[in-house]
Amino acid sequence: MTAASTTSAPALAAPPTGGTLETLARRAESLVIPLGALLVGLGLFSLFLLALGKSPAQFIELMWRGGFGSWFSIQNTLLRAAPLLLAALCVVLPARLGLVVIGGEGAIVLGGVAAAAAGHWVAGLPPVAVIVAMALAAMAIGGLWIGAIGALRHYRAVNETISSLLMAYIAIALMNHLVEGPLRDPASLNKPSTIPLTAAGRLGAVPGTDVHWGIVVGVVACLACWLLIEKTRWGFAARVAGGNVRAAQIQGLAVGPLIIGFCALAGALAGLAGMIEVAAVHGNANASLAAGYGYTGILVAFLARQSPLGVIPVSLLLGGIAAAGGLVQRRMGLPDATILVLQGMLFILVLLSDTLYGRFKIFNPDRWGRAP
Amino acid sequence: MDIQPSAGAVGVETVGMTMRFGSFTALDDVSIKVSAGSFHALLGENGAGKSTLVKCMMGFYQPTEGQMLVGSREATIASPRDADRLGLGMVYQHFTLVPSLTGAENLVISRPDVPRIIAWPKERKALAAFMDRMPFKISLDAPVRELAAGEKQKLEIIKQLYLGRRFLVLDEPTSVLTPGEAEELLGLVRGMTERRQLTVLMISHKFHEVTQFADDVSVLRKGKLAGTGRVAELDHKALAAMMIGDQPIAPIDSRRPTPAGAAAVLSVTGLSAKDRSGLKSIRIDDLTVRAGEIVGIAGISGNGQKELLEVLAGQRGREAGEVAVKGEPYGATRAQSRDRHVRFIPEEPLRNACVPRMTVAENIGLRTFDLGPEGRPVTWINSGGLKAHAARLVQQFKVKTASLASPIEALSGGNVQRAVLARELSGEVDLLIVSNPCFGLDFAAVAEIRARIMKARNGGAAVLLMSEDLDELLELSDRILVMAGGQLVYETSIADADVHVIGEHMASRH
Repeated sequence: MTAASTTSAPALAAPPTGGTLETLARRAESLVIPLGALLVGLGLFSLFLLALGKSPAQFIELMWRGGFGSWFSIQNTLLRAAPLLLAALCVVLPARLGLVVIGGEGAIVLGGVAAAAAGHWVAGLPPVAVIVAMALAAMAIGGLWIGAIGALRHYRAVNETISSLLMAYIAIALMNHLVEGPLRDPASLNKPSTIPLTAAGRLGAVPGTDVHWGIVVGVVACLACWLLIEKTRWGFAARVAGGNVRAAQIQGLAVGPLIIGFCALAGALAGLAGMIEVAAVHGNANASLAAGYGYTGILVAFLARQSPLGVIPVSLLLGGIAAAGGLVQRRMGLPDATILVLQGMLFILVLLSDTLYGRFKIFNPDRWGRAP
Repeated sequence: MDIQPSAGAVGVETVGMTMRFGSFTALDDVSIKVSAGSFHALLGENGAGKSTLVKCMMGFYQPTEGQMLVGSREATIASPRDADRLGLGMVYQHFTLVPSLTGAENLVISRPDVPRIIAWPKERKALAAFMDRMPFKISLDAPVRELAAGEKQKLEIIKQLYLGRRFLVLDEPTSVLTPGEAEELLGLVRGMTERRQLTVLMISHKFHEVTQFADDVSVLRKGKLAGTGRVAELDHKALAAMMIGDQPIAPIDSRRPTPAGAAAVLSVTGLSAKDRSGLKSIRIDDLTVRAGEIVGIAGISGNGQKELLEVLAGQRGREAGEVAVKGEPYGATRAQSRDRHVRFIPEEPLRNACVPRMTVAENIGLRTFDLGPEGRPVTWINSGGLKAHAARLVQQFKVKTASLASPIEALSGGNVQRAVLARELSGEVDLLIVSNPCFGLDFAAVAEIRARIMKARNGGAAVLLMSEDLDELLELSDRILVMAGGQLVYETSIADADVHVIGEHMASRH
């Protein structure tokens, strides 16, 4: 039983499959528009500085010096960018399925606590095994936490944005309970913490730098997520489900497992971020884990337009801004919140620039043949 | 505002109407004369410029060139308000009444000068006097949502008369009505034009409506006036030739007889599921589609057809009942659909069957992207293979696209549907479930798509075709079932099918 699909009528010439120039134009759009938005944001921020009677030129010069101008400042930037990479992926992965998950902070803090606890329990094993055990524990709890949000969304239609936010509060409360109660190191007096990790549970610096391995893990995770989304069967299915869930259903794609799987992977990466904070920065788990990386990660993901590759430069940019923040505020006598004003302006402008996609003929080969 | 009946029909004429959007000419030097008290039909394919023309007449667009004459006097219509002042009005294809308000409330709030505080006793008296002068009666006290589609459309027309219109544009006014309702409505409108209360310009797709009710007809093609004349002097063939010009129309295969012992491919028994509102249910007691036949399901939109398709496609849960394909239970999983060669072509393909922002190649690959050459699941997507596959199908199915890398949303409706057909009709097809496949498509695309469905049937596929277009069902089906109120209420073989009997059943649970 075969339904013939050929017709006797002469076929049209094959359409172009997308030449280099065309591909370049389509890709360039998602680079040029956010860059333009960043420039406009800097321009507006300059007006803000002028209104305060400060010099925008000096601001930009200090930003450069504090964030990227010297080996010291570059390392500082990389250190601050490291947790943002994984935190942003926790937003990017669900976003590709059309979910807005903003509770990565919860997975980060629980991942940190789980890593500290696991590191303590298996402290006798060889260093590699300790690190692996810590990472697995952190990823498992993070994956469960955000995976549960995906399951709530798919099976019970609970809004994932609200539930992830509320679950983050629960996670922070749970962490506080654990580090002040069952897991507390009796020696930690002023700041309740877990028992410090032994040397086997600590992540060192990348040789030749003062930057810990977290930055490498983050960049590798971004590349792996890009491969997953763009090149694999599961990523393709996720893009279909995220782009039009009705089309995915009518093709028989298993939307539920996709949503839960991507959410769990996102949570696992955020949990890993918590583990790295514990193993490379704090040496134990305490309330400093809730440092807001999960929330800055939202900003990074949106600035990167939910692209895992975009997350890398945006994390570096925001890391640089954070690194330079102290210097700028001290030297120019600006209030502490100045850097937040800049971040807010950039965020709003990048979101606004979303409306510009498809408006420029130069990026849209479908309109090239025609007059404007 | 005085609610005197309109002071009588007024004639409207466009002279050299031209409308350009950038370099695209949507309307090119169109002159149409609609004389006072006439019933004038405006025919044309999608994108021929019909709506652009009436939007220019109603003041929604400013024509690039050209004038309008209203009652032989030159009129400038800079905004819909000017059109209103001159007594020109329009009834849209879709209802514009507020469903939760009564007819009376809808009428009063539609006035341009609603007072801050409405004196209802006074308004009611005025409305009663107004209704006395109307050629047909309709209850103004029930909430609009309780009215049948035909009643709603009548109320839309009454609203226009209430607003003092003397020239009315009707945009496909019967597309949501049963054949009986449509005839009644157009008969009433025709009566009003004969009494010279109203001039009517009706946009339509349906030739039989035009020949039955209109005095004159104008045909647009690609923005130009392709012809105009007295309806009495033109036959369907001449009208069709004017509409489509000299483009080739795919001939439909002749119907091969269904083999006598053809196996049941789809069988549905005792199925029930909640409808969209969650308040009512659909119930399909028994539905069988055999290999090599097309079973058509007729019904007015919103009587459960969408829900039935969603249940079959696994988008909607079922409460009870069995769905079997080739004798085995079927749950619409990817593996089952692949195994038993089940394909779906839902209505509004861009909304229901495509990912608008993904490329044409990716969309054509939706069905097979996860399979390698040997039919085994793959890990890595072969994007070169996807493109080659798409390039082949695009050629075979004559999809017009600038590039395979264009997002599919950049394509016209007909080409999106061709791309979906290319995806779903390639390879072996044993069960094809189709819903309103030709809605909103142009003549050539419609003919081609129907030919493809017939070809699939003749190739041995079982086809379940849900359509709101009775003509389409009559052309394609071997059997026609009528769905009303969520149930199958009538069945007829194509040989015994009678439009009026089908129409009555369509309206039976309205």
